[in-house]
Amino acid sequence: MASFDRLITHNKRVSIILFIVMTLFFIVVGAVVGTYFAGSWQGGLVIAAIIGGVYGLIAWSQGDSIVLSMSGAREIAHSDQPQLWNVVEELSIAGGIPMPRVYLIEDTAMNAFATGRDPARSSVAITRGLLEKCTRDELQGVMAHEMSHVRNYDIRFATLMAVMVGAIVLLCDVMRRSFLWGGGRRRSSDKGSGGGQALVALVAVVLSIVAPILATIIQLAVSRQREYLADAAAVELTRNPKGLISALNKLSYDIEPLEAANRGTQHLFIVNPLKGKKLGRDSIFSTHPSLESRIARLEALSVPSRTAE
Amino acid sequence: MWITGAAGAAVLYGAYVYNGLVRKSENVTNGWSQIDVQLKRRHDLIPNLVETVRGYADHERDLFERIAALRSEAMKSASPAESGETEARLSGALKTLFAVSEGYPELKANSNFLALQEELASTENKIAFARQYYNDSVKEYNIAVSSFPDSIVAGMMGYRRRSMWSIDVPDERNAASVSFPGDSAGT
Repeated sequence: MASFDRLITHNKRVSIILFIVMTLFFIVVGAVVGTYFAGSWQGGLVIAAIIGGVYGLIAWSQGDSIVLSMSGAREIAHSDQPQLWNVVEELSIAGGIPMPRVYLIEDTAMNAFATGRDPARSSVAITRGLLEKCTRDELQGVMAHEMSHVRNYDIRFATLMAVMVGAIVLLCDVMRRSFLWGGGRRRSSDKGSGGGQALVALVAVVLSIVAPILATIIQLAVSRQREYLADAAAVELTRNPKGLISALNKLSYDIEPLEAANRGTQHLFIVNPLKGKKLGRDSIFSTHPSLESRIARLEALSVPSRTAE
Repeated sequence: MWITGAAGAAVLYGAYVYNGLVRKSENVTNGWSQIDVQLKRRHDLIPNLVETVRGYADHERDLFERIAALRSEAMKSASPAESGETEARLSGALKTLFAVSEGYPELKANSNFLALQEELASTENKIAFARQYYNDSVKEYNIAVSSFPDSIVAGMMGYRRRSMWSIDVPDERNAASVSFPGDSAGT
């Protein structure tokens, strides 16, 4: 049990640090935008807060339905796919969480994801390709991974990160476009205060290019951490690492990209749906750790027994 | 002045600890009732399954009778605690039934049988998972009840240690789909 607890604590700490960094980053971008356009950083913060707020509200109330419909997922009942339904129900009992809604994506690519805002309102989705190529044990491993995203509130966290990155990208976009039009304070009948003005403009230009990249790197770092955690938590649920390991092995041979996935939703899936190559080294631009390192970590886990202390 | 402050902080902390205990204790109760729900579900599924198998494998009569007897014995007990051993034997008998049915290709092709087999296999898993959740919840609860300073609040409010579910029938443990790192060879 100890190895899971340590892993979970570690991941939580990393996530909190990254979240704080992201918030500070968002504030800095907002302040620079404000200084550049209106000459007051407070104004920028207000704009940033409004954009973040609107994004956040939409994501909070509609995020899961948007993602599901973008992926072409169709909700199923017990009678449509009894085994899939049963496996999910078993895991909701194992985790002591409510039964999520279950979705099927009609695609031969192999993948699965979870979304929602908390365990009481959550959805899990799987492609037909993965469903049909998995044994029951492998399916259990895959769904346990997804249910762990639900149980660990990764689904909420992913939504939150997506909102913040989205808002930063939007802010920087607006800023960059305004340079092309020769915008900023120069337009507003200001005689300019020489060096100070130029410095602000320079910071704004650099930031508008660097900020979206940095924000994305932070988001992906969180995403990778959460994948490791969900793998470990999945084994804590099923007490059977073999199912997930063999499912990940199968997934590593699948090179078919998932048509319904895009850059905005790729981090949600159990393996990256866009890239053909899923083995090899991690990079700071991958949404997921490599399958090799995930399998290696799973094989190193000590599995608690079900009944004994 | 500072005494009032300290007392206030102590009361707030006590309330916080108490709420945690209530939640943990509720998890234990929920886990227990889930075990009960799943055992009942299994009892409901068995007659249908036996009827289906009987149509193809009539001479396994001894096995059918054993299952029926175990089922009605298990259903008589008021709570999962009493019926633990009977339920364990029932699990074993059902395993035998599925093993026997492997020998009847026509039965294996019957969609009704396949559906029942999936439902029953899933119910077995649900029972095992419900026990696992119950034991995990008891463990978390017991740690809270017996570690300082939470133990003070627990003692005042009458929260005592609760016991885990343990099964002494070796057959039953194999029936659950538990795997340990040691037996990973082959699969």
